[in-house]
Amino acid sequence: MDTNVAGSQRSLLRLLTCGSVDDGKSTLIGRMLYDAQQIMEDTLATITKDSRKHGTVGEDVDLALLVDGLEAERQQGITIDVAYRFFATPKRSFIVADCPGHEQYTRNMATGASNSDLAIILADARKGLLTQTKRHSYICSLLGIKHVVLAVNKIDLMGFDQGVFDRIVGEYASFAAGLGFQTMQPIPLSARFGDNVTGRSGNTAWYRGPTLLEHLEAVSTEQDEVAKPFRFPVQWVNRPNLDFRGFSGTVASGAVAVGDPIVVAASGKSSHVARLVGPDGDMEKAVAYDAITIVLKDEVDVARGDVLVPPMDRPPVSDQFAAHILWMDEEALLPGRQYLMRTGNLWTNASITTIKHRVDVGTLEHQPAKKLELNEIGFCNISTSQRVPMDPYAENRQMGSFILVDRFTNRTAGCGMMDFPLRRATNVHHEQFLVDKAARAALDSQKPMVLWFTGLSGSGKSTVAKLVEKALHAQGRHTYTLDGDNLRHGLNNDLGFTDQDRVENIRRVGEVSKLMVDAGLIVLCSFISPFRAERNMVREMLEPGEFVEIFVDTPLEECIRRDAKGLYARAKSGAIKNFTGISSPYEAPEKAEIVLSGGGATPDVLAEQVLDLVAARQLG
Amino acid sequence: MSDSSGGRLTPHLRRLEAEGIAIIREVAASFRNPVLLYSIGKDSSVVLQLAMKAFAPGPLPFPLLHIATGWDFKAMLDFRDARVAELGLKLHVHSNPEGIARGIGPLTHGSQLHMSVMGTEALKQALDMHGFDAALGGARRDEEKARAKERVFSHRAPGHVWEPRSQRPELWGLYNTRINPGETMRVFPLSNWTEFDVWDYIAAEDIPIVPLYYAAERPMLRRSGALIMRDDNRMELEPGEQEEMMWVRFRTMGDWPLTGAHESRAENIHQVMDELRTSKTSERQGRLIDSDQEASMERKKREGYF
Repeated sequence: MDTNVAGSQRSLLRLLTCGSVDDGKSTLIGRMLYDAQQIMEDTLATITKDSRKHGTVGEDVDLALLVDGLEAERQQGITIDVAYRFFATPKRSFIVADCPGHEQYTRNMATGASNSDLAIILADARKGLLTQTKRHSYICSLLGIKHVVLAVNKIDLMGFDQGVFDRIVGEYASFAAGLGFQTMQPIPLSARFGDNVTGRSGNTAWYRGPTLLEHLEAVSTEQDEVAKPFRFPVQWVNRPNLDFRGFSGTVASGAVAVGDPIVVAASGKSSHVARLVGPDGDMEKAVAYDAITIVLKDEVDVARGDVLVPPMDRPPVSDQFAAHILWMDEEALLPGRQYLMRTGNLWTNASITTIKHRVDVGTLEHQPAKKLELNEIGFCNISTSQRVPMDPYAENRQMGSFILVDRFTNRTAGCGMMDFPLRRATNVHHEQFLVDKAARAALDSQKPMVLWFTGLSGSGKSTVAKLVEKALHAQGRHTYTLDGDNLRHGLNNDLGFTDQDRVENIRRVGEVSKLMVDAGLIVLCSFISPFRAERNMVREMLEPGEFVEIFVDTPLEECIRRDAKGLYARAKSGAIKNFTGISSPYEAPEKAEIVLSGGGATPDVLAEQVLDLVAARQLG
Repeated sequence: MSDSSGGRLTPHLRRLEAEGIAIIREVAASFRNPVLLYSIGKDSSVVLQLAMKAFAPGPLPFPLLHIATGWDFKAMLDFRDARVAELGLKLHVHSNPEGIARGIGPLTHGSQLHMSVMGTEALKQALDMHGFDAALGGARRDEEKARAKERVFSHRAPGHVWEPRSQRPELWGLYNTRINPGETMRVFPLSNWTEFDVWDYIAAEDIPIVPLYYAAERPMLRRSGALIMRDDNRMELEPGEQEEMMWVRFRTMGDWPLTGAHESRAENIHQVMDELRTSKTSERQGRLIDSDQEASMERKKREGYF
């Protein structure tokens, strides 16, 4: 461990390794750790023992076992998750993200790339470039990696043949020409035997370039974050007592000094920096990567998620963006569906309004797409529920990146790189009128609301809704019914029954309901509306208390038995595709205001239950 | 007043410090009821230092939690109480009452059962009892292979279960801190630090650590190839066994019957670092619990061990 020189000014290089299964990534990292003498005697003894048990290299020590950590993957001989490795030479410290090559784990590769400055892309000399190699190169490029090493591994198995190497390098160079890499260093090597990893190989006398380690020590990847405009996403408001109110966070880019003018990007409120508190107390100046607390001269409204910026160099602020999105969830991305979005320290709701195209990562071709499946990449328009300050990702990685989170599972479902804000948003403003919802409702002396009936086809939604509307009308209430079948003849006649069309169907119904509530009406909606996410989307379009979810809970067998429209019979025979309950899922509500057991009581009894709640809401 | 922070730190350490502070602030900003797991070791001491810096000039906005197994070195407990008093911290101490009632210990029940009942189980009890939804710890990715894949924000399903396949991808610094009821998060601000970075930082920042990390002449017992310090008389001498005074130090802290020392004359931090530079064994070798069985750390993690 004599390479760990204390107190040196050693710099840090963060890199990732990627390639296909069996290209030898783990072996290469194991080789680098071994050659850099980072392997302790007891660890070596353990893997020597393990090599006999799991190893694939006979009596030799299998260096891949140094890094393949989890039991499951050791048994399968694959790497299933990103692992981080650390080693150091007198010149540099290295953090290596070891990224798996399996197609379904592309998301892990993107994770590694998002935090790295350089990528080692492995190719097996025997196989040449695979689709995976191209996929990984494209993802590296998409995530802003500017420096790559093309490691042509297992060159020993091709007799250290220069022709093989030159052919792979030539093929790669033409593929990668459009990917925007600033440096691309090809190296012929054998991770297993160490040729050209840390020491120059006598077997490749024809190769004049650096060894892998020489290159990693020398390559300059410094992106000058300090020279960029000042950006400070507020992470936490520090208010321990009445005398101190500071805004804590990490400087994303640029520099700031005491006395500098700043504005809050979204609100445009301005002030000056009064104090900067760093890890060792007050400081005059702070730069990119510093974790600091800023005290302002004035009492300005600032919260977590706000971004402090210089008044003369502000980021675009918008609620509509064009962005590249890499989807990482098994449940496909659907346009119109609401997701949670995190950018900087701000969480907001967001939905994809349009998928402009999907990128075929093998050929880089653009293809039309209605949704994005796991590991697919699309160029999309995004709409956020509040105005967000963001710089284009190409200019500022911290300020241009975001993640999308599933609202129910909380899984990180996708990641995105903002390309540009859409101007449309800045030109369309909300017009304020003199007569508002409250005024209209007061004239009608009723509280407007949406009664949302959800349930399987044939569950009795429409039957109950009709009875409820009739009774409300008799009470002198102004009502209107939106019916799924009726709307599909007009407003929604361009929509079918695929998942994405169902989402759009409900979004439009939600918007129409909102207008009608605004007009003061009690709106009855009966829609199968099978997805929780969309019912919730409508709920959130409205004010609290305005949305009443009524789950008509009739067992599927009962619906099939009734089959008033003969639809189940046709769905079962395959004549109707995507039929809810048969060939398309129904997600039952978890927190419906009313659950009607549709198999048991008569429609009149069920309608009474709804009317009771409406009556209570009208009073309350 | 200084220009950019701390001239004492190398650029590399300054980046690690800032990253650690940001992670700790994220916990305070995103969780309802976080806690700092304080194991009294050197890594915990660094996390505590970062946490104090993260919220200055304010106080630490969450308490500390120590899981006392009943077999901690006395020197660790003394050190803990002194630090807590000095810094004015709020500390919870928890031991598994069922384990105590059943008299579970490493000498009578073996290290595996002891750590499971008095360590893992006790930790889960304490987290549930106080309703902590996020626990900060000092684990590092360079410690052990199963940890190299650990997230900074490590998601735990209800029952504190760690499932490798359900861990969330962590892109940029955009941590997904959202959890459903019953789920919790373990958070590791030192994920990207190496053992040497920790020592380097302790030296540069002059952070107090338990004196057992430094060499002194101590009464030692050789047993099963390890050097054990009998901290009290619950460990009986076997026939023919005899304590001898030796110059030793400990590389990790833990329960005294399970923590091996090694012979050393490194009496201060600079000598310790010189010793580490030439060391040929890994840090965990002194821990008698890890070699219990192959892939033992992964199994412990699945069960909820920190």
